[in-house]
Amino acid sequence: MDVRDLVGEAFAGLLARPVRSALTTLGTVLGITTLVITLGVAATAGNQIVGRFDELVATAITVEVPESENTPLVAWDAIDRLTRLRGVVSAAAVAESKDSVNLSVRSNDLVDPTRVTAQTLTVLAATPGLPEAARGRMTRGRFFDAGHIERADRVAVLGGQAAKMLGVTRLDRAPAIFIGRDAYTVIGIMGDLRRERDLSTAVIVPPSVGRRFGLRDVTRVLVNTSLGAADLVAGQAPTALSPGNGDALQVIAPPSPTRARDQAQDDVDALFLILGLVSLVVGAVGIANVTLVTVMERVAEIGLRRSLGAARRHIAAQFLLESTLTGLAGGVIGASVGVVGIVAISAAKQWTPLLDVRLAVAAPVAGAVVGLLAGLYPALRAARMEPVDALR
Amino acid sequence: MPEPVIELDRVRKDFPSRPPVRALADVSLRVDRGDYVAVIGPSGSGKSTLLNVLGLLDRPTSGSYRLDGAETTELADGARTRLRGRRIGFVFQSFHLLAHRSVVENVMLAEIYGDHARKGRRERALAALERVGLGHRVGFLPDRLSGGERQRAAIARALMGQPSLLLCDEPTGNLDSRNTEAVLDLFDELREHGLTILVITHEQEVSERAARRVRIIDGVLVEEA
Repeated sequence: MDVRDLVGEAFAGLLARPVRSALTTLGTVLGITTLVITLGVAATAGNQIVGRFDELVATAITVEVPESENTPLVAWDAIDRLTRLRGVVSAAAVAESKDSVNLSVRSNDLVDPTRVTAQTLTVLAATPGLPEAARGRMTRGRFFDAGHIERADRVAVLGGQAAKMLGVTRLDRAPAIFIGRDAYTVIGIMGDLRRERDLSTAVIVPPSVGRRFGLRDVTRVLVNTSLGAADLVAGQAPTALSPGNGDALQVIAPPSPTRARDQAQDDVDALFLILGLVSLVVGAVGIANVTLVTVMERVAEIGLRRSLGAARRHIAAQFLLESTLTGLAGGVIGASVGVVGIVAISAAKQWTPLLDVRLAVAAPVAGAVVGLLAGLYPALRAARMEPVDALR
Repeated sequence: MPEPVIELDRVRKDFPSRPPVRALADVSLRVDRGDYVAVIGPSGSGKSTLLNVLGLLDRPTSGSYRLDGAETTELADGARTRLRGRRIGFVFQSFHLLAHRSVVENVMLAEIYGDHARKGRRERALAALERVGLGHRVGFLPDRLSGGERQRAAIARALMGQPSLLLCDEPTGNLDSRNTEAVLDLFDELREHGLTILVITHEQEVSERAARRVRIIDGVLVEEA
């Protein structure tokens, strides 16, 4: 028997009852669609979770510097050594002390009884890289630079919240704030912080100025790395910051990104995979059921084919091929619907859809395999039929 | 002397039941090329069993059945199937046309099993339909045909692949007298062209048209004069 004839007969058999064939396909369509959508959305969602980790957490390192009696553990200029490390995007050293967190700050020297003019704010000393290191930007003005630090200029940069509390909205008249008795010129306002948000309520001064408030030594170093470099930089940073005393520094590094990715994906995958497989089994049972009914209905046809010289294997092959084609059609439709579903869900959630090509190819194959397996028993029943009984 | 198409020698067929039923009791029958034989008998007499044995659809319990000189009782299932497809054309009482396929597709079905060339199959089917006088109905679905036309389409299918033997099981059982006449005329015509025809029937009219009649009663075959 020619393979083309076999395929032709199988198609003719399916198309003889188009509605039934379509309904039979539906089970597999649902199964494959569920499988494709669940796998695809799992991959997409997993990627989104990991994406957020990457951006915010996975590249942020904080080095806490303990207080020391004698020489400072981390010198202010150690930041330059740190930024030279490969993988470091930005870094800044910050000094904060118990005495400096509750300082009274005013924006003018008038005593207005109707208003609270004095705010209790944190005063910090920091190196010029702070806006980048805190993942923020200067919403107004500028940050101080090495020149300000060297000259010990009495300048200050306000966090966005602190500026609002002090009523500083514009910088063109060089407003001053008073910390204690001394006036400082506000040269910039820092906002949109995505890291160290408490800096938003802080007053930041150059390290050379900070000494007046007891901000002598670096207490914290903020480091941002490029993606994937966090592990490496976390290991190298202490040595770069404090050669010889690196062990004394406490490095707070993000969890390894690979582990985060695997974890997130595995959880989602396992759950949805079971769901999809269950749907697929239901689809297979549907095909098996309908194919069996079809075999019983076509007993006379089987008898005729046997009388025309069809061997048992020809009969079995035809019914197997019919059920396989049913499954394949379900797989193709299911894969298409599934892909559209993934894109739709991603669009609704504003995710980037992640479509695995292997999934799109494997889905129709899976459908065909389901059809093949579902057709095994009915095909066997059809082939076992004795022509004498079939023609009766 | 040429080989006979059918040569049954003391063929016996028992069905295992309590008590065992002997459907064919030592039946011997010789049908030569070009013979037109009618097998007549009441229902339950063993007609269908004989047809099944002759059509290689069933195996006799004992005895020998030679088709075109080749012993068939020893053959394996696959070889019998091939022989059936190649040598025997079946005509059934209920036509057995596939309802969703056109007349010509139904006829072409006869050649998809076995080693027939795909090329020219449609032409051969059209020629067979022409031969039975259905050249004007090739594209119709079977349910658009009259009973006689359906049976003629089935005969065209049986004629595909030049069988040695046309085995007809009550071919006119579902037909009115006018259609019966047309089918019997067709048998006469086919026989004149040298085809061997064996018809199983219980209708007087059909058996009278055959050149030779054998009667079967309770599994015993008797030649009628």
